[in-house]
Amino acid sequence: MNAVLIALLVLPLLGAALTLAPVFGPDRAVAGRRALRLNSVVTGAVFLLTVALAAGFDHDEPARMQATTDVSWIPALNVRLHLGVDGVSLPLIVLTALLTFLCALYSEKRLPDGEARGGAPDEHSPSPQAFVGLFLLLEVGMLATFAVLDLLLFFLAFEIVLIPMYFLIARWGSGAKAPAANRFILYTLLGSAVMLLGFLLIGSEAGTFDMQALAAAHGNGLSHTTQVIAALAIMVGLAVKAPAWPLHSWLPDAHTAAPTVGSVLLAGVLLKMGTYGLVRVLLPIVPDGTATFAPYLGAFAAVGIVYGSLACLALARPGSKGDLKRLIAYSSVGHMGFVLLGIASLTPVGVNGALFANIAHGLITGLLFFLVGALKDRYGTADLDTLSGATGAALYGRAPRIGALLAFAAVASLGLPGLAGFWGELLAMFGAFDPADGLSRPAFVTYMVLAGLGTLLTAAYLLIVVKRVCMGDPRQPAPVAEVADLRPYEAVSWTPLAALTLVAGLWPALLLGLSDPAVKHLLGGG
Amino acid sequence: MLAAHTAALGPHSTGQHTVTSLAVANPGSLIQSVDWVAIAPPLIAAVAALAVLVTDLFLPERHKRWLGRLTVAGLALALIALLPLTDGSPRATFCVRNVAGGTDSGGCSYVADHFALVFQLLALGGALIAALLSMHTVDDERLPRGEYWFLLLSSATGAALLPASRDLATMVIALEVASLPAFALVALRRDGRGAEAALKFFVSSVTATAVMLLGVGFVYAASGSLHLGAVAEGLEHAPGQLKPLAEAGAVLTLVGFAFKVAAVPFHFWVPDTYTGAPLPVAGYLSVVGKAAGLSGLALATTVAFRPYAHTWGLALAVLAALTMTVGNVGALRQRFDTRYSAVRLLAWSSVGQAGYLLVPLAAAGYAPTGTDPLGATAAYALIYGVVNLGAFGVVAAVGRRAGASVDDFRGLFARNRWTALALAFFLLCLAGLPPGVVGLFGKVVVFRAAVDAGLGWLAVVMAVNVVVALYYYLLWTARLFAPAERPAPADAERRLPAGLTATLGLTASAAVVLSVAPQLVLQVAGGSLF
Repeated sequence: MNAVLIALLVLPLLGAALTLAPVFGPDRAVAGRRALRLNSVVTGAVFLLTVALAAGFDHDEPARMQATTDVSWIPALNVRLHLGVDGVSLPLIVLTALLTFLCALYSEKRLPDGEARGGAPDEHSPSPQAFVGLFLLLEVGMLATFAVLDLLLFFLAFEIVLIPMYFLIARWGSGAKAPAANRFILYTLLGSAVMLLGFLLIGSEAGTFDMQALAAAHGNGLSHTTQVIAALAIMVGLAVKAPAWPLHSWLPDAHTAAPTVGSVLLAGVLLKMGTYGLVRVLLPIVPDGTATFAPYLGAFAAVGIVYGSLACLALARPGSKGDLKRLIAYSSVGHMGFVLLGIASLTPVGVNGALFANIAHGLITGLLFFLVGALKDRYGTADLDTLSGATGAALYGRAPRIGALLAFAAVASLGLPGLAGFWGELLAMFGAFDPADGLSRPAFVTYMVLAGLGTLLTAAYLLIVVKRVCMGDPRQPAPVAEVADLRPYEAVSWTPLAALTLVAGLWPALLLGLSDPAVKHLLGGG
Repeated sequence: MLAAHTAALGPHSTGQHTVTSLAVANPGSLIQSVDWVAIAPPLIAAVAALAVLVTDLFLPERHKRWLGRLTVAGLALALIALLPLTDGSPRATFCVRNVAGGTDSGGCSYVADHFALVFQLLALGGALIAALLSMHTVDDERLPRGEYWFLLLSSATGAALLPASRDLATMVIALEVASLPAFALVALRRDGRGAEAALKFFVSSVTATAVMLLGVGFVYAASGSLHLGAVAEGLEHAPGQLKPLAEAGAVLTLVGFAFKVAAVPFHFWVPDTYTGAPLPVAGYLSVVGKAAGLSGLALATTVAFRPYAHTWGLALAVLAALTMTVGNVGALRQRFDTRYSAVRLLAWSSVGQAGYLLVPLAAAGYAPTGTDPLGATAAYALIYGVVNLGAFGVVAAVGRRAGASVDDFRGLFARNRWTALALAFFLLCLAGLPPGVVGLFGKVVVFRAAVDAGLGWLAVVMAVNVVVALYYYLLWTARLFAPAERPAPADAERRLPAGLTATLGLTASAAVVLSVAPQLVLQVAGGSLF
């Protein structure tokens, strides 16, 4: 089993290294196609490995670390290559591998242009080999974040994703891509540098960077002051990544500029690295410090929920020149607010809800970004006013399958019971209704009410979007005469997400059964 | 060595210590047995320098290329001479037995302990890479060969001597041996820029030396010794009326070293000197010159001025914060399209990096043990040395006609992918971001030193600076992969000269190997160096 986990990380790394070697032949076009094929093969193999990992996972004991490896890497810093999965990280690893694989399939047919000169691809546009190399490096970092059990390795994995994502945005993006990419990387690096200081403080006091040992100690051996300072530093770092209001301002720009696959991975996986870190590092390792800051985290989460929805409402309004990608980015701020609220409640229910909402958001928002990316390809713009014209874009009439999928993803996102978006947010609000001992009940009930208001606003703007994009008069003059309906490669890369959204909505026990024992273990109750 | 005799024979002004009479009972104690193995590394470099100078006189013009090879061989030999010293206990030589403060090597002027070896590795290794880098520069720019190689070797000798010296006089002499040839090296290009650069460098450096000598004089007067261990002892027991003198002396001494490290406010010479100097010399100064200053600063503070630990600890912390901030802001303000902007950017970045290097030194002032955090400086300096020289190598390869601007690097990936990838890797190592893993862990070690010492504010300042620095490193990296705006110059396809290829190959493979196995360099940071 542990070989599978190691292979998960080594395989994409080797693939990325391979793109540097001159193995794709001299012809530019052929070499590009071969590189993209390699991308699909490697990410596909990684996905199969994660499925094998999930199949071999002992579902009776999800709280126990499984498939562990523990070897010394840098004795001078006391850094160990300590890997393992439990019920919290397993779903995220599978989700990451799945999304990466789907993105690889999608980009094999539809590689982002890179807009070297704003025209057709020429010798100045970035090569597919470079894309594949960065893409696989990104996968290494994402998977490693969820698989490592050493604080410094976690930091390393956190940083690995930055450079590939920076270049994906800056080279293959569109619009104001360079400033957006700079903003993304500087913001996140500042956050993670502060987080590193928190880690080092913990390591300095506790004498180890091993997450399992630290979680087992559950804050013993760390003074209250240390815990508070470390919790603050780590929380700030992870809140930038998550992103929590008011540290979210890098996100809308990055999403607007990023290519479709970049947006999908950014929303689907990268944001989860922040919330996963909160659950994996903050809750078990510095429990006292976390309890001190939980009410503030909850408050910021509640504000974020309302703020995100209001921003979306403003963007969805006719005449506001709202960009659809930007709108979904803001909706992510709101959805991640639910995740943060669940975590801030410090209860098993809330944290389980947060983890569930994490996965659900990855599936649904991944699907939404795919769909919006496809719309942007077809129309040449994601501007909602241009798309909808006077009456609405009428996708139901012009491209019924895409329209139906968009409506499906939108109602899943607003939390319709029976779909994935429902359970996570419900449980997070339950958690806030009855927060852990020592937390102020009135405060959290207020947050819950705000979150409830947020769900209403979310429903409002998503329905407006559906109305303006899917409905309308198909005969009105449109920016593009013929809109192609669902293409086969799009169907291949999108259907799994839609299906899983349905499965997770109808059978939440699949995920909750995995995460619940692990969460209780992390919270020190089981 | 000089001081060994001074201390042995000269009467002390304070009269605290037993004065050796000339009629000693055992005259053998005055005759020193020299441990030739211990002093081999700087000695070989010095002998090679003289050999180059003499050979130059007899070598016909067409064979003068051999001088460069002789230099490289000499430096390689000096590096090999480090090997026998690595195992076992520190070896000391040039000792006097009757100096107060006498632990085992308290009265020795030359000690080859781990600290000395690490910095000698950096000095000699850096000089070796700079020599490889110089091979084609010397040919291209028609620099006087004999002089160039002689000066380089002499300077390297001084830089290698400094970390092993354990008395103030030897340290001052070593520092001067390291710097005086450097002035001449900077001036060798013999154009207006070179002369101005050398003059700026010379004037400010000589002032610093004068100030430092004054400081050393004060310290000697107050403590009654030049040996570092004995100075610490003497300062602790210095009579009350000598306290101000001792403190002033300590401050003035540190100023000299701070200049060498190019710490703020002694950094103004850096950008102009680097642009005026031949490129390999700029690389040499940025690594070996800095290593020399840093080792001197570390020795003076942690050994000699230990009694004042809290004072210089705070002073160095402030200095580190200022240095990194000023360096990074300077780099941020650097325009990318002007001539020489690539070297200027590296110059400012080296000022910023010097700030990070000072952080563990400052932490040493707060740490209870006093010596532990130095390992972090040593490890970071080694990493910085490799990647910074590598970056200078790529700049030399791209801007064959000196004066490359950062914008000239646009589209380098399309023209020469391996050079571009190497530079991208070096820059990311300097920034401390994966895939430059070794740079990342280098920063982690420095951060750890600060956090362990309780210097939280300095760690936060450094974190902000790391982010600021990332911005300009990243802009440069992004330029490498951006589409070229104008067609590549005709000579772009020309093969790199062998010396440059060797430099880039050496530094890039070292950086990659260290990224896979950071333990190789970080073990330096693991234990105590003394």
